[in-house]
Amino acid sequence: MNGWDWSAVADFMPRFWDGLLLTLQVLVLGSLLSFSLGLVWAIGFRSDTRLVRWPVQAVTEFIRNTPLLVQLFFFFFVLPEWGVQFSGLTTGTLAIGLHYSTYTAQVYRAGIDAVPAGQWEAATALSLPLPRTWIAVILPQAIRRIVPALGNYVISMLKDTPLLAGISVLEMLQQSRLESASTFQYTEPLTVVGIAFILIAYPASLLMRALERRLVR
Amino acid sequence: MSADLPPTNDLTPVSAKTSASANTDTDTDELIRFDKVTKRFGRNTVLDNLCFSVRPGKHVTLIGPSGSGKTTILRLLMTLVRPDEGTITVSGDQLFPAGPKEVREIRKNIGMVFQQFNLFPNMSVLRNVTEAPVRVLGLGKDEAEARGRELLDLVGLGDRCGAKPSQLSGGQQQRVAIARALAMRPKILLLDEVTSALDPELVAGVLDVLRDIARTTDITMLCVTHEMNFARDISDEVLMFDSGKVIESGPPERIFSAPEHERTREFLGAVL
Repeated sequence: MNGWDWSAVADFMPRFWDGLLLTLQVLVLGSLLSFSLGLVWAIGFRSDTRLVRWPVQAVTEFIRNTPLLVQLFFFFFVLPEWGVQFSGLTTGTLAIGLHYSTYTAQVYRAGIDAVPAGQWEAATALSLPLPRTWIAVILPQAIRRIVPALGNYVISMLKDTPLLAGISVLEMLQQSRLESASTFQYTEPLTVVGIAFILIAYPASLLMRALERRLVR
Repeated sequence: MSADLPPTNDLTPVSAKTSASANTDTDTDELIRFDKVTKRFGRNTVLDNLCFSVRPGKHVTLIGPSGSGKTTILRLLMTLVRPDEGTITVSGDQLFPAGPKEVREIRKNIGMVFQQFNLFPNMSVLRNVTEAPVRVLGLGKDEAEARGRELLDLVGLGDRCGAKPSQLSGGQQQRVAIARALAMRPKILLLDEVTSALDPELVAGVLDVLRDIARTTDITMLCVTHEMNFARDISDEVLMFDSGKVIESGPPERIFSAPEHERTREFLGAVL
């Protein structure tokens, strides 16, 4: 087995930074998509009409219970046959955002359900309009439980971004594979990528734990 | 348009139900009317073909054992639950099955104070009181806050406007809840066991505030309580409930000193 080669690390750095940037881009956009789409699902869960509630439940259960990699391949290789074609990056961001929206939807649902029924009743007794009840009464109370849980899913999402290598998105893992393909050195690029994940994910999870302690009484 | 709808909506069913007497004078004199109202939760019949009415400005206290349906009456009026049968009218407007817009209009006249206070914990005390006047009645923020401070003064909490509900005692929270309900200038105030969740030493402060309101305003009050002295003080009429029916009613002096019904005697014997 070869020894550790620092020059291989240095050679990998330009690719690594590109990969890191792209990973973070996918993470930020994917998170925003999952946060907003998840809220749409969560409101759908609470709809008075089954015509909305059932399809939303069916779709989100389906997405949540099929692997992200299968969804990525489906969007990347199958949808173009129906004339729907995006770049790997766009496809990957949409797919990961969609996939995680089904988890964030459950986070919203649980956070909203945890607001006591008396709060809804008080809002009704004051004739507050429904949108105002959501914005001023329910969501501000639910958010204390929602935010830390969402943060944990962002960390999970970060750790799922290497799946996008499967549809040739040049995130960190794919960059390390390209590097290895040209230099035949696998140890250094992969190690750098692994360390990068720890350096982001671990402090982030500590932050989430602190946030949870502060927000959830 | 919405002003036209409610009368046409309710005229037919009400006149049909009361066709025996067909007396429109008593109808206009009634602020609240329950007509053959039945409410079931599962197999449990909580209200059984209930009829009663309340005239404007009256203070009516509902007493009776737990589970006799008293709270359900308040929750029906607040449209938090729907009746299975029968009609409920407020100022001649039928509550069910009115459209959401009509219900909101009727509901604006009704305020409710809950056993568990149900203040909004994310808002300051003052904003708890001003939120609905600003958002529902369309008051300006300054006007709403001035009125809010007045009401908080009235309940003895003028100096706690900026506090969060969690910083107040239960009794103080309940007084804020009373101010919050009054801020909507309701014609009807529903009081649902408002002192049941309080430590004993905090009960008097809340009841004093309510006595004041009963004495100095013309708000119609419907009150579910286990505080019999309070009921005796403020009530014009006491309704004794048992198993979803009114079994006895009358002025408090008579109900408390000379109850006629056996169940009333038993109940009062147990709580007094």
